[in-house]
Amino acid sequence: MGKQSNQFFKVSLLVISLFVLGACSSTSETDESSGDDSQSSSSSSSGSASSSAGSNSGQLTQEQIRAQNALRQTVFYFDFDVAEFQPADRETLTYHARDLAANPSKRLRLEGHADERGTREYNLALGERRANGILNYFIVNGASRSQIEVVSYGEERPEQSGQTENAYSRNRRVEIVAR
Amino acid sequence: MKLRTSLLGALICLCSWSANAELSIQITQGVDNPIPIAVVPFSNESGGFFSEDVSQIVINDLEQVGEFRALSRANMLSMPSGEQEVFYRDWRILAQDYLLVGEINQQPGSQLVQVQYEFFDINREMKLAGEVLTGSVTQLRDIGHTISNVVFEQVTGIPGAFTSEILYIVSESAGPEMSLFRLEKADYDGARPQTLLESGEPIMSPSWSPNGQDVAYVSFETDLPRIYIQNIATGQRRQITNYPNINSSPVWSPDGTKLAMVLSKDGSPDIYVQDLNNNQLMRITDHPAIDTEPSWTPDGRHIVFMSDRTGQPQIYQMELGANSYNVERLTYDCFQCAKGKFLPDGLNLVHVRRETRQSPTYQIAILNIETLRVITLTGTSLDESPSVAPNGSMIMYATKFNGRGVLDAVSIDGRVKFRLPSSQGDVREPSWSPFLN
Repeated sequence: MGKQSNQFFKVSLLVISLFVLGACSSTSETDESSGDDSQSSSSSSSGSASSSAGSNSGQLTQEQIRAQNALRQTVFYFDFDVAEFQPADRETLTYHARDLAANPSKRLRLEGHADERGTREYNLALGERRANGILNYFIVNGASRSQIEVVSYGEERPEQSGQTENAYSRNRRVEIVAR
Repeated sequence: MKLRTSLLGALICLCSWSANAELSIQITQGVDNPIPIAVVPFSNESGGFFSEDVSQIVINDLEQVGEFRALSRANMLSMPSGEQEVFYRDWRILAQDYLLVGEINQQPGSQLVQVQYEFFDINREMKLAGEVLTGSVTQLRDIGHTISNVVFEQVTGIPGAFTSEILYIVSESAGPEMSLFRLEKADYDGARPQTLLESGEPIMSPSWSPNGQDVAYVSFETDLPRIYIQNIATGQRRQITNYPNINSSPVWSPDGTKLAMVLSKDGSPDIYVQDLNNNQLMRITDHPAIDTEPSWTPDGRHIVFMSDRTGQPQIYQMELGANSYNVERLTYDCFQCAKGKFLPDGLNLVHVRRETRQSPTYQIAILNIETLRVITLTGTSLDESPSVAPNGSMIMYATKFNGRGVLDAVSIDGRVKFRLPSSQGDVREPSWSPFLN
């Protein structure tokens, strides 16, 4: 008898959680569609996005998924001796810029870093140059200067210690930090 | 993580009792024909026990930074403590060029000691120097270094720097994603370390004032890099700058009235000079490239700095008060040259050098700006932050050894080397004091 009531318990728990999940997704769907409206007013590639929203009312659009994923990436890595961000990051950074443009009250901080090779003070300046590169890209793509703070830590706050190329590559970065 | 680090950042303490880095000196390279000197253990006339062996301190000083080799005590034929007991033949037989003897007296019940020393040239059979030094029993180490200064100057003609001190930064892991940073001061050989500042946020660029009383540095304790000045004896500190963006690289002028610094408030890092009396800020460089790492020529009339205005870091010089276009380039043959600082002779520029694009190795080198000859002083490959001894004879710098940050020192002809590894954490950014009283 104990085993049977256990099973019943488990099944009802499963059913309840499914209901809860369903409720959650419908809430987020409402949020996403209102976000989608503001996106469509500002971006030119939203034509396809709104039409697919019409056909898939219960799920996120491709564009929304791309945007969400892009906003989740907050660390950008750089090549040695280089202050410009990698071309492969351009699309992701554009999403960040548009997100700032769409949400004028949103604030963030760009923290620039360098690997330990070279002198410390040059690395402090290099970290700032990297962060400024991303700052300028954000402004050109619609963000407002007042939304973004820039700080450089040079080589003083490495993500990974050690003298390997792998460690160095993890330290040459700019981090986006919410404020 | 952000909240945790800012809470730690609030933990700024001026402590002298917390665990220090404990640098222990190691000689890594000596000369081929060292000058033979005999240092006889100083006699102890008071019958008590002293915490410091003064004659051993002198031996260590001379062997570490000079070109001396001390005679082993076991080989000594006699143990004189004063001139009347010295027989030059005893020392000529042992092929010694110089002899140092002495005696220490402490009055019973007193903290005062009297150290009498006498220094002899064996070949010319004459006394070169001698005096009585008085101090407290806790100053025996300082007395030893003072005697080393005299011996060194008598033999080489160069004033000794054994009573000088160093500042440096220690960085230690304090847990996952947390570090502890300390600004410490110690004797030139790493003895008697003292913590001047402790912080959960980075500290950079310590710089001694020319009178040896203050230190300027960069602290990230407000989460942003700002310049502070702290009195070494009292621990009193004040924030000097609060400009937007980078505030870094504070360096005192030779007359102690001004601080050169790097500010990026006007778009890119440039060199500025702030007058410490009236807080007036003077702009020195005006260029969209990175201009950083200022230092002063010994006459105080020029600023030396690094700029990457031609694409890669090179070293330049500018006269204070001149037009910002009037910039003279000093380095040409390197892929990157940085952190330039003149020796007291105003002729030799010590700097960090990377020879080629292909090889990212950084070494300490000296460029003579008249002959244009370059000597590379180091064989390691991640060298930075060279700092010159006040007598211009040695350069201390930061490097990596077995993955740890250590301090190395090398004589300016590259022949003598010693190392100051730390017992804990990474040590870096040494700053050698001026001559101290």
